[in-house]
Amino acid sequence: MILDINNIRSQFPILHQQVNGKPLVYFDNAATTQKPQRVIDALNKYYTLDNANIHRAAHTLAARSTEYFEQTRKAIQQFINAKEDAECIFTKGVTESINLVVQTWGRQFLQAGDEVVITTMEHHSNIVPWQMICEEKGAVLKVVPINDAGELLMDEFEKLLSPKTKMVSCVWVSNALGTINPVKEIIEKAHAIGAKVLLDGAQACSHMEVDVQLLDCDFLTISSHKLYGPTGVGVLYGKRELLEAMPPYQGGGEMIKEVTFAKTTYNEIPFKFEAGTPNIGDVIAFKYALDFVNALGKLNIAAHEEALLRHFVNGINEIHGIKLVGTALQKISVQSFVLNNMHHFDAGMMLDAKGIAVRTGHHCTQPLMQRFGLDGTVRASFAVYNTIGEVDILIEALRKLANLNN
Amino acid sequence: MTTPTDIQNEIIDNFSLFEGDIEQTLMYLMDLGKKLPAMPDEHKVDEFIVKGCQSKVWVFPKLEEGKVQFEVDSNTEITKGLLYLLWSIWNNQTPETILSTELYFIDKIGMSRMIGTQRSNGFTSMIQKMKAFATLYHQQSNS
Repeated sequence: MILDINNIRSQFPILHQQVNGKPLVYFDNAATTQKPQRVIDALNKYYTLDNANIHRAAHTLAARSTEYFEQTRKAIQQFINAKEDAECIFTKGVTESINLVVQTWGRQFLQAGDEVVITTMEHHSNIVPWQMICEEKGAVLKVVPINDAGELLMDEFEKLLSPKTKMVSCVWVSNALGTINPVKEIIEKAHAIGAKVLLDGAQACSHMEVDVQLLDCDFLTISSHKLYGPTGVGVLYGKRELLEAMPPYQGGGEMIKEVTFAKTTYNEIPFKFEAGTPNIGDVIAFKYALDFVNALGKLNIAAHEEALLRHFVNGINEIHGIKLVGTALQKISVQSFVLNNMHHFDAGMMLDAKGIAVRTGHHCTQPLMQRFGLDGTVRASFAVYNTIGEVDILIEALRKLANLNN
Repeated sequence: MTTPTDIQNEIIDNFSLFEGDIEQTLMYLMDLGKKLPAMPDEHKVDEFIVKGCQSKVWVFPKLEEGKVQFEVDSNTEITKGLLYLLWSIWNNQTPETILSTELYFIDKIGMSRMIGTQRSNGFTSMIQKMKAFATLYHQQSNS
């Protein structure tokens, strides 16, 4: 199916505005995607008609909001093909999802001398929490190196695996480079030596088909706001037996079965990990973002985004003075680059003056930038509502910047 | 001699020529940055880094015959242009003149709209750093 991009664009009111006197060209989708009207409407409807605290209340509004909230959980279960919806825990985002695993699974199961394997291309949110727990437990953090294209060196990965390896926590798709990592192979090899695998799916889930049963990953993190949904919502998928074996994350309401001053018993999953009133409205609206993606089809979205990426890379390759960073064979529609004659901050501001939104800097991947000898890049990231015409605007703007006589 | 007021008025006049065109204004800022005298690398040390800027910014002062001589530099061109504005106003002025200058040109040229909140905060840090050196020299000369 070829997508009707004009129709899709018409569902995103934010795209139809001018920035600095020019039509907005939004290429910062790896940071956050824009939201379709149905998501905005769902938020509006929730606060206009349905707002009530979920679970345990006797009244109609609470029953309604609980039902809608749990519908999103079911939608997520289907979206990632989890065995059951109880394996999907709502968090405030991928960062919290990773911290949840680190602070519960890590605290329970990591011991001195154990090893945790991550990769060079991790986001800080999949580095720092592991560093913290490794330091606390006397465990060791190992890092899989990459080649100059930004691909994992799988031979080196295998060499890092040992009976001491307890966890491989690895980004599925690099936010800075767009590289799609061979996660099926990573999971198989990690499982073969008895390690668990956490996949950081922040970037992957809006571009790739996700089937946690087929992948057999132990944990997967998902971000709503990178998936056309509201900010402040994330998901942690975990296998039931793991989630049940893990201690609770935060204490409070909702996560308990019974509380006495002598002892508290904990609720079943997923509620054991959802202390306090969750972000109800945003969770409910998230379902509408999933519906939006499902209606278009991931394969169709990926095909359109691939066309945008190829068009951009072809255009940039003809411009002298721009170097691509991240040229893996398997990529999603994210492209980092640097200009020879201009710092990435300056380039970002000059593009913004033309109404083009890109991200500049280290993309929360400082060790990755160090690997390339850079302090940052300009990053353009494309989503389903972007057009070839918009990509041409960026190429033309970059051609002018690259030719500025600095 | 040219006063900070003269320079500020000149800056306001020059920026008004762009009539709010941000792209042209940024290009102009980058050109201004090229007019800065080179700063020796040995002065680009942590002590002279301006904290609170996304870019790397250095301000190195010395007092010569009662006037502050500033060396300034940044790793990004637009920031160098911003530094040039402050340098052109304050270089070779007495600490007292620097401390008593009201920088009214910032609002007049619509700086925050031009460079955004983050860089505006960085710009404020540059101003504070230069004023802190002026304060130090002022206190030293009075003690």
